[in-house]
Amino acid sequence: MEALKKYLGIIWILLGPVAMVFMAWQAWDKIALAKPGIETTNTALQWGIILLIFMPIAIGLVIFGRYALAGEYKKTALED
Amino acid sequence: MSSTPTQSNSIFKVIGASSLGTLIEWYDFYIFGSLATIIGAQLFPEDAGASALINTLAIFAAGFIVRPFGALVFGRLGDLIGRKYTFLLTLVLMGGSTFLIGLIPSYSSIGYAAPILVLILRLVQGLALGGEYGGAATYVAEHAPKGKRGFFTSWIQTTATLGLFLSLGVIVLAKNIIGAEAFADWGWRIPFLLSILLVGVSIYIRLKMHESPMFTKLKTEGKVSKNPLKESFSKKGNFKMVLLALFGATMGQGVIWYTGQFYAQSFIENTCKIDFNESRYILLWGIALATPFFVVFGSWSDKVGRKWIMLTGMLLGIVFYRPIYQMFLDKSDVTEWYESPVLKQDAPTVTRVALHNQGDSLITSSSKIRFTNGASFNRVAVDTVYASTNKPTGHLEFVKDKVLPTSTFWIFVGLVFFQILLVTMVYGPIAAFLVELFPTKIRYTSMSLPYHVGNGVFGGLVPFIATLIASFAGSTPLSGLWYPIGIAALSFIIGAVYLSNKTDENVND
Repeated sequence: MEALKKYLGIIWILLGPVAMVFMAWQAWDKIALAKPGIETTNTALQWGIILLIFMPIAIGLVIFGRYALAGEYKKTALED
Repeated sequence: MSSTPTQSNSIFKVIGASSLGTLIEWYDFYIFGSLATIIGAQLFPEDAGASALINTLAIFAAGFIVRPFGALVFGRLGDLIGRKYTFLLTLVLMGGSTFLIGLIPSYSSIGYAAPILVLILRLVQGLALGGEYGGAATYVAEHAPKGKRGFFTSWIQTTATLGLFLSLGVIVLAKNIIGAEAFADWGWRIPFLLSILLVGVSIYIRLKMHESPMFTKLKTEGKVSKNPLKESFSKKGNFKMVLLALFGATMGQGVIWYTGQFYAQSFIENTCKIDFNESRYILLWGIALATPFFVVFGSWSDKVGRKWIMLTGMLLGIVFYRPIYQMFLDKSDVTEWYESPVLKQDAPTVTRVALHNQGDSLITSSSKIRFTNGASFNRVAVDTVYASTNKPTGHLEFVKDKVLPTSTFWIFVGLVFFQILLVTMVYGPIAAFLVELFPTKIRYTSMSLPYHVGNGVFGGLVPFIATLIASFAGSTPLSGLWYPIGIAALSFIIGAVYLSNKTDENVND
């Protein structure tokens, strides 16, 4: 289990940037599809807020992965 | 520490005072969401684009940015000056802003000042909500005797669902008493104005409460944190637990919560086309039957640990969401209803609306069909008539305002009940779980942020991302469920691998 905890960390490190790239790609796609004018502004605003709030979460996931890889979530470390 | 009758009496006062205030805060937050359409019509400009823009800011900014920001602002304050005064302040802010929304003159009276005021007050609501929950949960947990923390904090956990119940109940009741037309005109203000009475009572009760004993002890010993934000998020030992709480618990909890209550109602009303009142009655029954289980699972978590109860709730959601929503679709398919005899088919009501001033028009024909088993629906046909040809073209037919057969109504209630039962499994023990994860001096700050990011951001985005997924090529009405299923699965894996099931008996650290 301790090894699994550690090596899953790699997945969390990769998942953060992958999720961000996917969100950015979706944002680009949806803004491009919106009708020019206020609909574009509205779509850009929605996605701007989403990207703004998801950026620190994705960074948090990478840090979580780094901690996991470094063995910070070993049983003894959690019970300290 | 064992509890004496006096202590038990005192703890129930603590629970009552905290829960009532938190319930009212959720009520305040939800009535805006439930009445968004009417508020839009009364207080927002008629221009659909501008209106959508303000709506976006009100929904997205209040839920996703201001709520976590409120968690930081009030969490810090709660760890610096104490729990009692901080969650009194959040209550005053929430109650005041809700009451003021009910007083805003219409857009036709004061123009753009109306939506701007709505937006400002909605942001204040988001800020206050971000600060309330952590304070109430911490306050109750710090009064709870050992071995009963899950049970006592689970009462706080009922408040979000009961706040939704109260908001739906007040709206349905007010609408039924004064009539739909008067409600849309001025009656929508009643639920907002009513808030000041509820908040007044709650403030009076909370003012009589004492500060948390653990925080008082810290203060007496001069051990209160000087910089709770820095201690919470820059020290690895604590920050790693904040991340674990978010990814291994609150993220999954948020999507289970929003899917079981909001997405279910939205799906039943908008995708299955069930009547407005009927969809709310289904949710009201589901909530009423499932709410006691918050306390059942909270209490049970004191005996068997928090982890596996929460994770089982997530796992059941992952497995059963698609079959449940498929059943919603199947059972609301009116072609199956004709197995029961038709009682009456009303003569069609035909309306003609002119289009674009060029002589073109839109003809809508609506006919209500009633069955002997209590079911009914409106069959609507829409045709466009062009002046040049004077012939109907582009014939479109659809069904709306479905009232379910009685037996199917109760199946829907059962399916919603099951989803809210999963909410109670995930949400019932989570306050105790979060409280036990962090030390007293930075508890309010540390637990508030992962809770509001998990619940507000991951949960709050369920409707938006579900709609986004539904827009992908080849999607079906059930495709939107992949978002809550995916997030719950991720949280389940992280929780199963990294969380400890050990209950921390000593929160006095």
